[in-house]
Amino acid sequence: MTSVTENMVSQGGGARKSFIAQNPSVLWFLLALALFTLGVTVLSEATGSGVISTSFVKTLGKTLCLCLVAICMDVVWGYCGILSLGHMAFFGIGGYAIGQWLMYARTEIIVTQSLSAAAIPPTDQEVVDAIGTQIFGVVGSSEFPMIWAFSDSLFLQLLMVIAVPGLLALVFGWLAFRSRVTGVYLSILTQAMTLALSLYLFQNDSGLRGNNGLSGLQNIPGFEETSQATLSIVFFWAAALALGLGYVLFAWVTSGKMGSVVRGIRDDEARVRFLGYHVESFKLFVFTITAVVAGIAGALYYPQAGIINPAEIAPIASIYLAVWVAIGGRGRLYGAVIGAAFVSLLSSWFTGGSAPDINLGFYVVKWTDWWLVLLGFSFVAVTLFAPKGIGGLFDLIMIKRTPDRQGDYGPSEGAKRAEEGSVDVEDVK
Amino acid sequence: MSTLLEMSGVSVSFDGFKAINNLSFQIGEPEMRAIIGPNGAGKTTFMDIITGKTRPDEGRVIFGEKSISLLKMSESHIARAGIGRKFQKPTVFEAQTVRENLAMALKNPRGPFDVLLYRKSAKGGARIEEIASEVGLTEHLTRPAGELSHGQKQWLEIGMLLAQEPRLLLVDEPAAGMTPSEREHTTDLLVRLAEKHAVVVVEHDMEFVRRLNCKVTVLHEGSVLAEGSLDHVTNNKDVIDVYLGR
Ligand SMILES: Nc1ncnc2c1ncn2[C@@H]1O[C@H](COP(=O)(O)OP(=O)(O)OP(=O)(O)O)[C@@H](O)[C@H]1O
Ligand SMILES: [Mg+2]
Repeated sequence: MTSVTENMVSQGGGARKSFIAQNPSVLWFLLALALFTLGVTVLSEATGSGVISTSFVKTLGKTLCLCLVAICMDVVWGYCGILSLGHMAFFGIGGYAIGQWLMYARTEIIVTQSLSAAAIPPTDQEVVDAIGTQIFGVVGSSEFPMIWAFSDSLFLQLLMVIAVPGLLALVFGWLAFRSRVTGVYLSILTQAMTLALSLYLFQNDSGLRGNNGLSGLQNIPGFEETSQATLSIVFFWAAALALGLGYVLFAWVTSGKMGSVVRGIRDDEARVRFLGYHVESFKLFVFTITAVVAGIAGALYYPQAGIINPAEIAPIASIYLAVWVAIGGRGRLYGAVIGAAFVSLLSSWFTGGSAPDINLGFYVVKWTDWWLVLLGFSFVAVTLFAPKGIGGLFDLIMIKRTPDRQGDYGPSEGAKRAEEGSVDVEDVK
Repeated sequence: MSTLLEMSGVSVSFDGFKAINNLSFQIGEPEMRAIIGPNGAGKTTFMDIITGKTRPDEGRVIFGEKSISLLKMSESHIARAGIGRKFQKPTVFEAQTVRENLAMALKNPRGPFDVLLYRKSAKGGARIEEIASEVGLTEHLTRPAGELSHGQKQWLEIGMLLAQEPRLLLVDEPAAGMTPSEREHTTDLLVRLAEKHAVVVVEHDMEFVRRLNCKVTVLHEGSVLAEGSLDHVTNNKDVIDVYLGR
């Protein structure tokens, strides 16, 4: 073969650019996120002028967590081609894991306070029993189930935020990918997973308070004196930090050679196998790492929401997640962020009753009822007419055309032909 | 020349139709082998069996000095063992650039963490440039592979095959969609590769096969009809009957 010249070596070296230089969108995103965080900070009640109410700071903080889980969904679906309709299960598990500690530790403080008034100091067992009665009274029990074994340790529960979604994804993914379940069947399996989990949690004897779920999570043990205004902005910062770190992490995973292989798996997994890559391991890696980050996002979300119950893990939640990502634009991380932020904020505006009803004379359109219909239509419209989603607008601005992909990315080319058989035989081949 | 791949008594049927029928085949290292045969003779299926895409109903396929059986190995494992393939219909990653396609094929550790922590090296970059100039795609390195012409995609896939540095190269109809001068270049390239590697080329174009100047195996209805030099097989009566005579 031809000899390697000096010139070629230097050219090869030139291809080694820094991560940021290769992914300028990361810098832009971090800048936008920093500005947004700064803006909210100076307008919040605790740290600024108070233009933004505490409850809206919470909404924004929660939205950032949703953006983070949307990025996970985008990596799994938009980059790796696995349409997981179960990622909100991992999000919920993260919420439950941190919720257990929050509930336990706070109840412990309340119980200790009330018992300290008694003449004889209570024994440890008495304290634990009283906490159990407080927490599990609603489901007619006072015993601590096994799942609460670590609930008195913040560290161990934080570990569970990562470990439980990670292990579940690892086991589920290993079983599914190993037998090469793909496409619709895999999506159905992930739906079954999240459905089974939510049905299980709905039971009173699941140990996680059945349909009551965990509540009072907005009260952070040890910070009883701190106002919700302050807590809300602190959680907002934490969510912003997590989103920033998550964005960088996944930008790294989806760039360079890893990104190449992952996108290759999406477009033609058989071909990737013939290049010598063990496709199943890559899918498992992507599935598991996104599940872990989804768990972290959930652990930051639910202390802001204050309550978590099994309905949060219902299959529809994961479907919404897919809708956000589709509307925002698959296969680009900022698209997922835009989709999640835009649709979830719009959703809370419409369903919160702030959107003005439309009086058609013969019928009044109440947005609380019609919002889902509008969302459904938008999803269909985006899929058919703007498969790149809102993120696709950036291509127009940049005047940089990304190649149109066919198949699962909007209508196939065949559907756009004027009539059957109007093309050259050469094209059909 | 030692035997690199040995296939014996292999049969495959699809819904009762025997696509490969008691096929035996051997190739050494280095060696060049051309496979010809009419449409549907089973040439592509033969490559599918070696690369693990299709499981045979019976027979043995063993590879390398340690005589490992390929039948129990997954596609990716077979590829890592040193068998590379160029598909009949060029299959490249159309949404990715030519450089990315080549980089993915480049011989490097293939585990997820190896890939994640992979750093672009000057050596890898130089290797990509070298391959790109070999297959005439130097100017197209930054273009998405989907924009390439059919012939250029063929070249890219050949480039990816080179980048893998396999011991056994299975090349299915490399010259389809190429200009005469490109065909000549392809034969030169294959002949050079066959100095060190085992190369199996499936091709319909007799001129192309003649230039390869190697032993020819004629497949018909899933088994070997004749084997030998091109002149030998083209004078074989059976071959004339089923293939050339038509
Ligand atoms: N997956 C499959 N399922 C059913 N039949 C198949 C399959 N793959 C191949 N065949 C059949 O097996 C036979 C051999 O096919 P193969 O593609 O190997 O032929 P070929 O020699 O490569 O032909 P060509 O010169 O047209 O490429 C054909 O009749 C084909 O229809
Ligand atoms: Mg063929």
